[in-house]
Amino acid sequence: MNDPLIIADKKFNSRLFTGTGKFGNHQLMQEALLASGTELVTVALKRIDIEDKEEDILTYLQQDQFALLPNTSGVRNAKEAVFASQLAREALQTNWLKLEIHPDPKYLLPDPIETLKAAEELVKLGFVVLPYIHADPVLCKRLEEVGVAAVMPLGAPIGTNKGLQTKDFLEIIIEQSNVPVIVDAGIGAPSHAAAALELGADAVLVNTAIAVAGDPVAMGKAFKQAVEAGRSAYLAGLGAESNAAEASSPLTTFLSEI
Amino acid sequence: MMFLEQFEQQDWDTIKANIYAKTAADVEAALHKTKRSLEDFKALISPAALPYLEQMAQLSHRLTQKRFGKTVQLYAPLYLSNECQNICTYCGFSYDNKIKRKTLTPIEIMQEAMYLKEQGFEHILLVTGEASKTVGVEYIQNAIQLLKPHFAQVSMEVQPMDQEDYETLITSGLYGVLVYQETYHKADYKIHHTKGKKSNFDYRVNTPDRLGKAGIHKIGLGVLIGLEDWRTDNFFTALHLSYLEKTYWQTRYSISFPRLRPAEGLIEPKVVMNDKELVQLICAWRIFNEEVELSMSTRENEHFRDNIIKIGITSMSAGSKTNPGGYVTDVESLEQFEIDDSRSPSEIVQMVNSKGYKPVWKDWEAFV
Repeated sequence: MNDPLIIADKKFNSRLFTGTGKFGNHQLMQEALLASGTELVTVALKRIDIEDKEEDILTYLQQDQFALLPNTSGVRNAKEAVFASQLAREALQTNWLKLEIHPDPKYLLPDPIETLKAAEELVKLGFVVLPYIHADPVLCKRLEEVGVAAVMPLGAPIGTNKGLQTKDFLEIIIEQSNVPVIVDAGIGAPSHAAAALELGADAVLVNTAIAVAGDPVAMGKAFKQAVEAGRSAYLAGLGAESNAAEASSPLTTFLSEI
Repeated sequence: MMFLEQFEQQDWDTIKANIYAKTAADVEAALHKTKRSLEDFKALISPAALPYLEQMAQLSHRLTQKRFGKTVQLYAPLYLSNECQNICTYCGFSYDNKIKRKTLTPIEIMQEAMYLKEQGFEHILLVTGEASKTVGVEYIQNAIQLLKPHFAQVSMEVQPMDQEDYETLITSGLYGVLVYQETYHKADYKIHHTKGKKSNFDYRVNTPDRLGKAGIHKIGLGVLIGLEDWRTDNFFTALHLSYLEKTYWQTRYSISFPRLRPAEGLIEPKVVMNDKELVQLICAWRIFNEEVELSMSTRENEHFRDNIIKIGITSMSAGSKTNPGGYVTDVESLEQFEIDDSRSPSEIVQMVNSKGYKPVWKDWEAFV
């Protein structure tokens, strides 16, 4: 099925984006990511050793099918984010950027005010900005207005594997958005990923659930299948959910009883 | 408000009795929750939790992997000086210990640092005694400025300072500060710290507040296990952490569990904690706080360190020397305490890999 996702200048056949943290070793990470079919992998600038790339994570990500999405994890405000983004652009030779500003190191929750500020500036500096944010529909519209390439609302706090806790808000975001919606954070099982795609999300970003699985390669593949299934179901048109059985005594038949 | 005010409302003996009165039912209740309170933490560190050790370890393992993945961060201490004006009964650097003192010169600092850099380290911890004339704020600032261009994280474990001094050092590139309370038992604290600035309990207990106000990235907390009842002391550490997390919410925290080690002219521990209890304590911390970093030094032996990785430790030192110049410039100088795990960093890397974990050398970039 030809159903590519287009973000800025790139076309993706896979709607599964992945993280690169938390794996037990780089080799295993590479195998799991290949099995997942992902075409966009995010990597934390703070984990890259720019001086010594030999044993570095980047060696394992230099695959034709992986586009790199550097992220600004670790920054606490817009100013630091802009600085980090410029470092990332230089180090990784890409203007794509996952903008993450979480001043709270405990729950890693994104700062909406600083994110909007940084997004606006980074767009002006020529970055393709994908901001990690709360599932806040108004913030998504504001970000869209400053020119981000997609929005990345969270399903649940990072690394919690709790699934789509923000579902009601994600639905509004998906309904209203003119840019792709990528559900990021909280996706702990393939079923969560499928549910996000069924809802109409354009893609999901998964890290912990694959990296920490007993068999990350098999889990990468399971996510690939789930994302494909969820997308197919969305395109096929899901039947409406109903809480009650169809009423046995219709109320409007009287209209044709004249 | 500072932590001292909250601390002074607590009574050591009441809390201790409270911990020791916890029952198996309290432990089970704590284990079955998704968020644990300080009361639950008391149950998890209590003697009643010991029969649940395997269950606690399994839970701690899962929670740690979920948050930190299969990774362990590596760091090395860099001892700059063993000069000290404090008398501390348990420390090899104690003022009354009549030994030759050594403070590294800028050239020696760089020689030691470059050795660590060659080993692969990106995170270093500067350590000194407290001697304001030779190793005061200026000396430390100079060391940070020398090292910052070469390392991703420069942290320190030195004398407590005023907020303005911390602000100065943060501007120079300081990332984190470890400041152990040693013990929250105020009377015993006085017995172990008889002379010098360190004898001021209140100033020390408010140090994390001053660090938080200065905007430090990371604060390391802990008590020296062996001075007083470790359960009660760790409860106070948890109380302190909970206060700090709420107050300085942009700072990250780490917890350490140093057990008293042999050192020149030192006291015997008042309380001995066995390995089983240390595992219990580490698990209790993780179950209580899923996000906090748990750190372990080379004080502990190889066997223990190898096996604790999977249980909940997220950062480790490797190949450490605890004497100034110990890596290359003055290998025979006085050490602060004897290390137990003397393997080289590359051996530690191999060991971490063999456990299915990835050593992380670098987890920071100076963004400002």
